[in-house]
Amino acid sequence: MRLVSAFLCGGLFGAGLLVSGMTDTTKVIGWLDIFGDWDPTLAFVLFSAIVPMTVAWRIAARRSAAVYGGTLTPPPLRDADRALVLGSLAFGFGWGLAGLCPGPSLAVLTFGGWNGLLFLVAMMAGMVAAPFVRVRIDRLAAG
Amino acid sequence: MQADWIWGLAGGTMIGVAAAAYLLLNGRIMGASGILGGIVDGSEWRAGAAFASENLAFIAGLVLVPGGLWYFLGRPETNLTANPAILVCAGLLVGLGTRLANGCTSGHGVCGLSRLSFRGFVATVFYLMGGGLSVILFRHLLGVS
Repeated sequence: MRLVSAFLCGGLFGAGLLVSGMTDTTKVIGWLDIFGDWDPTLAFVLFSAIVPMTVAWRIAARRSAAVYGGTLTPPPLRDADRALVLGSLAFGFGWGLAGLCPGPSLAVLTFGGWNGLLFLVAMMAGMVAAPFVRVRIDRLAAG
Repeated sequence: MQADWIWGLAGGTMIGVAAAAYLLLNGRIMGASGILGGIVDGSEWRAGAAFASENLAFIAGLVLVPGGLWYFLGRPETNLTANPAILVCAGLLVGLGTRLANGCTSGHGVCGLSRLSFRGFVATVFYLMGGGLSVILFRHLLGVS
């Protein structure tokens, strides 16, 4: 049941990305392009996605376990650090270059062609490299 | 296209309901970079095969359901660049950056902002700033696309 539920949540997420237009890189780059032909769609997407999730966090706070078992304790709220800021800046640069973030890069896999696949493979390579880069950032911060 | 914002609201609500369901039903955080990143760097597997297979099922849905939709409704446009250098650089930056930051648009943006997480807020400010600067630098100043 947990697997079915996970599959359906992933499917709904993907369908939502498709419906909202987040799988179209011109809409995403259009949102980031504040000095060009600005496209506000992404603000509507982000806002309307936050609303159900706000309710979910409230329900989660009153429950001790998830419906299909397991803990429902949210990860602890931590302080921002150097890796968070540097990582988010790097992510933003890549996002603005190609117009894909991790969710849509998976959602477009069946229709994004070889270009979409190349982006996904490069993204996974970056993910594998991240723990090694993090060690260096922490060392710089400590030294 | 006048109706874009309506599609944005509808699709955004679907994304939010998916994130809410994954939290309440499975007790998991719906962050695309965390879900995929944990699978590819092995950290999910150390938490157990059952834990990892749940996220694999999520990824399967995320890939296959939009695939099924376009099969019936027509192929959507991605308008993705065909320049391999841009694709590789952008992919590396997105993969590396989201894992260093422990989250992307779905994790920090949707799941983080909705619980008023300070880290989610900081991440969202910096990736939007990075994205805006990137478009100014590459698209407007250097003419790369």
